[in-house]
Amino acid sequence: MRITEHPILGSVPDQEYVTITVDGRPLRAVKGEMIAATLMANGIMVHRHTIKRHEPRGVYCGIGQCTDCVMVVNGRPNVRTCITPVEDGMAIETQEGYGVRRD
Amino acid sequence: MARREVVICGGGPAGLAASIELARTGAKVLLVDENRRPGGQLFKQIHKFFGSREHNAGVRGVDIGKKLLAETEALGVEVWLHSSVTGVFTDKRVAVLREGETKVVEAEKVLICTGGAENSLNFEGWTLPGVMGAGAAQTMINVNRVLPGRRVLMVGSGNVGVIVTYQLLQAGAEVAGIVEAAPKIGAYGVHAAKVRRAGVPFYLGHTIIRAKGSGKVERAVIAALDNWKPIPGTEKEFDVDVVCIAAGLRPTSDLARMCGVRHVFVPELGGWMPEHDDGMETSVPGIYVAGDTAGVEEASTAMDEGRLAGIMMAYRLGHLTEQEMREKKEEVSGRLSALRLGPFGERRMNAKRRITEGRA
Repeated sequence: MRITEHPILGSVPDQEYVTITVDGRPLRAVKGEMIAATLMANGIMVHRHTIKRHEPRGVYCGIGQCTDCVMVVNGRPNVRTCITPVEDGMAIETQEGYGVRRD
Repeated sequence: MARREVVICGGGPAGLAASIELARTGAKVLLVDENRRPGGQLFKQIHKFFGSREHNAGVRGVDIGKKLLAETEALGVEVWLHSSVTGVFTDKRVAVLREGETKVVEAEKVLICTGGAENSLNFEGWTLPGVMGAGAAQTMINVNRVLPGRRVLMVGSGNVGVIVTYQLLQAGAEVAGIVEAAPKIGAYGVHAAKVRRAGVPFYLGHTIIRAKGSGKVERAVIAALDNWKPIPGTEKEFDVDVVCIAAGLRPTSDLARMCGVRHVFVPELGGWMPEHDDGMETSVPGIYVAGDTAGVEEASTAMDEGRLAGIMMAYRLGHLTEQEMREKKEEVSGRLSALRLGPFGERRMNAKRRITEGRA
């Protein structure tokens, strides 16, 4: 859910949008926002599954320290989605275990 | 190899303040930060700061951040963004990962001010998506302007827990309650009163025992504590989709550990942290620390510690006379002492004294 009105921060200024795909599904993202923000705005909380028990993981620290939110971005695994901005056409995938690098 | 007089690792309040202080004296400074813009965690702090006028009291964190950025720009401080410091060596070479390549910068002085990290709590379901640091939720709502969920349970009633609760309400979320293991509220009265007036209940002497849900948080269970152990039969269940953990922070000092800086355990300041003198220099000559890395306090203290480190480095590099250094140091140290007054600050003041006097 996006916060459009805010008592301190005011209304959201005019924004430009880009399109990314998450596991093949196209999503509209605000240009320059972090991947994790686009996902959360669309109710997507699961970013990856752990290697041994296949447990779901999502955003924990939100500032690039904990690496719980890593995903496969444009074929590259272990990208911290909370500090990586979206780009038009970016392909994001839920990461399984350590992920596999495809260049 | 690139050479700079000073490399500052981390562009939060401490790093920015240090870079301003150094640049004013003509020192050649490089500020490195892994984010797309500097400012650290100031931009998510949309509340007004406490303290005196010199501490920007009454000014919102986000506006202090903007002011610091404008000053660094006006002074022409060199800033490498989206660049990670991956190593600091005892001879003060700094390895920076930038644009996919490691660049090594030779420095005469290095300031490590990489901030702090939120503590987590271990309970059943704590790894479920939807359980997050209170600071993470704060970043989401105030910087990214996205709500992490519709109904939140806050664990921890310190300033972070209570301020983020209020900001979640401002952002349009519901907060089901604030859970606190201790028998009393940890935050300043003024913050606690605001959330009480807004109708958020406090559950004192309680802790979270479980987060439940399929793939993400759907419910959370708390229980009353007896001698820090949950009392069976006192469980309360909440219909929430986010659990925020506000259980304090600890210093992030990996880079200082890497280059052999002696660490000490100081519970009042978040646990293990680099030992340093009253000019912020560590046990490794030429390596300085400031801000939460030098013991978790507040953004205001971080800025003044950054300034202090900047002044001391500028003096050692010959950009300030001894007289100038003494005057500036006295002024900043006085402000730091003022920030560490009162029942909350006193513990930190005593802890800091223990460290700088080598008794930690």
